[in-house]
Amino acid sequence: MNKTINQKAWLFVLPVFLLVAFNAIIPLMTVVNYSVQETFGDNTFFWSGVLWFEEILTSERFHDSLGRQLMFTFSILAIEVPLGIAIALTMPRKGPFVPVCLVLMALPLLIPWNVVGAMWNIFALPDIGLLGYSLNALGFDYNFTRQPGDAWFTLILMDVWHWTSLVVLLSYAGLVSIPDAYYQAAKIDGAGSWSIFRHIQLPKMKRVLTIAVLLRFMDSFMIYTEASVLTGGGPGNSTTVLSIDLVKIALGQFDLGPAAAMSLIYFLIILALSWVFYTLMMRNEDS
Amino acid sequence: MAKITLDGIRHSYMETPRDDADWALKQVDVTWDDGGAYALLGPSGCGKTTLLNIISGLLHPKQGRILFGDDDVTGLAPDQRHLAQVFQFPVVYDTMTVYDNLAFPLRNRGVDAATVDKRVREVADFIDMTERLNTRAKGLTADGKQKISLGRGLVREDVNVIMFDEPLTVIDPHLKWQLRSKLKELHQRVRRTMIYVTHDQTEALTFADKVVVMNLGEIVQIGTPVDLFERPQHTFVGHFIGSPGMNVLACAIDNGSAVFAGQKVDTANKADGRAGAIEIGVRPEFVRLAPQGLPATVVKVADAGRHRIVETRCGDQIVRLLVGEGEEIPSDSVHLDFDPASTRIYADGWLVEGGAGR
Repeated sequence: MNKTINQKAWLFVLPVFLLVAFNAIIPLMTVVNYSVQETFGDNTFFWSGVLWFEEILTSERFHDSLGRQLMFTFSILAIEVPLGIAIALTMPRKGPFVPVCLVLMALPLLIPWNVVGAMWNIFALPDIGLLGYSLNALGFDYNFTRQPGDAWFTLILMDVWHWTSLVVLLSYAGLVSIPDAYYQAAKIDGAGSWSIFRHIQLPKMKRVLTIAVLLRFMDSFMIYTEASVLTGGGPGNSTTVLSIDLVKIALGQFDLGPAAAMSLIYFLIILALSWVFYTLMMRNEDS
Repeated sequence: MAKITLDGIRHSYMETPRDDADWALKQVDVTWDDGGAYALLGPSGCGKTTLLNIISGLLHPKQGRILFGDDDVTGLAPDQRHLAQVFQFPVVYDTMTVYDNLAFPLRNRGVDAATVDKRVREVADFIDMTERLNTRAKGLTADGKQKISLGRGLVREDVNVIMFDEPLTVIDPHLKWQLRSKLKELHQRVRRTMIYVTHDQTEALTFADKVVVMNLGEIVQIGTPVDLFERPQHTFVGHFIGSPGMNVLACAIDNGSAVFAGQKVDTANKADGRAGAIEIGVRPEFVRLAPQGLPATVVKVADAGRHRIVETRCGDQIVRLLVGEGEEIPSDSVHLDFDPASTRIYADGWLVEGGAGR
């Protein structure tokens, strides 16, 4: 049987192709374009090859930001994932408190990111903020605008407050999808609660947890708004993570070439690490 | 190992049950002998699973006691009752191998490694899983997983009863038969009490020595498959078991005898004068075409292979009967003859006692 060949069908994909071109391909190629050229303003460009990539990859400033970024991301993952699972485990599975819990959990996720930053900024101010004032009143020498340790503490606390809910909601969705028979069988088999968690709940949550970890990894690796409003990267450069550094280079110093090269490196790091995470967590899945 | 006694069990899922309909189990008194193969048969929603969960301890009855032997276990948790349960959907521990799955109930109870190994290998042999002991349980087919669930029950030596909650629901039809005969064979080998819950009469009748038929939260009859077929205690049993089910025909009573379609019908029992809805029940197997008897007209003939199912209208009611392959069926008017030994009078659904046939 001969298939009719009709190339006009391509026309049907044209709208979506245009859409993707305008919102993804063209901006991305602009960045690629900047990353291999030097400009002195006036819209004149000179070819510079991989110069900017070399400069970024060997710069101490980039290494420091990347180090801070990794520290931030892994700290919040180490806190949010176990905490999220723990909270999801304690949530009721049926009854009138289910919607109450779900709404309470979803609240932090509904607050605009810059508002979260502003809230925590005010909340943590040592002289008037509830948190800052209370800590000082309790005898702690707390000042997040001056001491790097305090700034980190506040930044991580804010992120945990803002995003643990996401892990909770995803884990909870995984938990409620486990049929009762599994718990009943485990009871009959004499399994303890750790055993139940280890052999039933955790394996059944694996897929949603993979999604939760990936989302939290990518989001936290790109954190900008909240951190920028809360600390602005300070004190000094102590909380300058990659995106804050990038904005400083691109819009503060207007070094378009290095900023573009850094964007691409940044993007590739996220892509590579996401792939590593996904592969690790999905290992054994289909054997 | 012990016999299991349910004494006056009543259960409701409501906080304050008011009338009869609020009770999922109205009143259940039954004794399961040690080592028996029982089936619990009834339509969906009749309370089978509720009863099973009460025996296993996953549910606590509102009223009544459960005895294992002479011990009252009503208040005990499932793991203290020494029983096993196979669920409708196979439950295996995905992350473990077949071996670890089978060892799980023993390890949870702190059994030493040597004994665990010995028992696991024995049971793996029972369920034909010896070659797969080191594969992951996750990759098994549904029937393989169901065998593992069963194996986890067999592995403990102190198990009083193994309960099956419609275990073949998710199994492919051609494997159902295999698994069912495997189960029967296993029962003969291990001689543990087994209770098999199902709504499928074929499963119940082939597996069990004794079948417990439930309807609307109560037990309507306990008996061997032959009892259920030949002497239904309740019109429900007659109707639910058999294909097609028993003819249940409203009738009048004249001087202790049934009068149906204007004629006196000989029955195995006599009406005892109780009020209520009086019916006669006779299975299609015991209705014959005859030269004379109850006049009827043929409505429909369905070929069921070795016999034909003939639907006739007799008076204003439908009577079904089976006719052998070779027999001729008149196309219009026929006469029906009910076998007196297998025709019984029922009052409000229950067999009227005191007649012959018991």
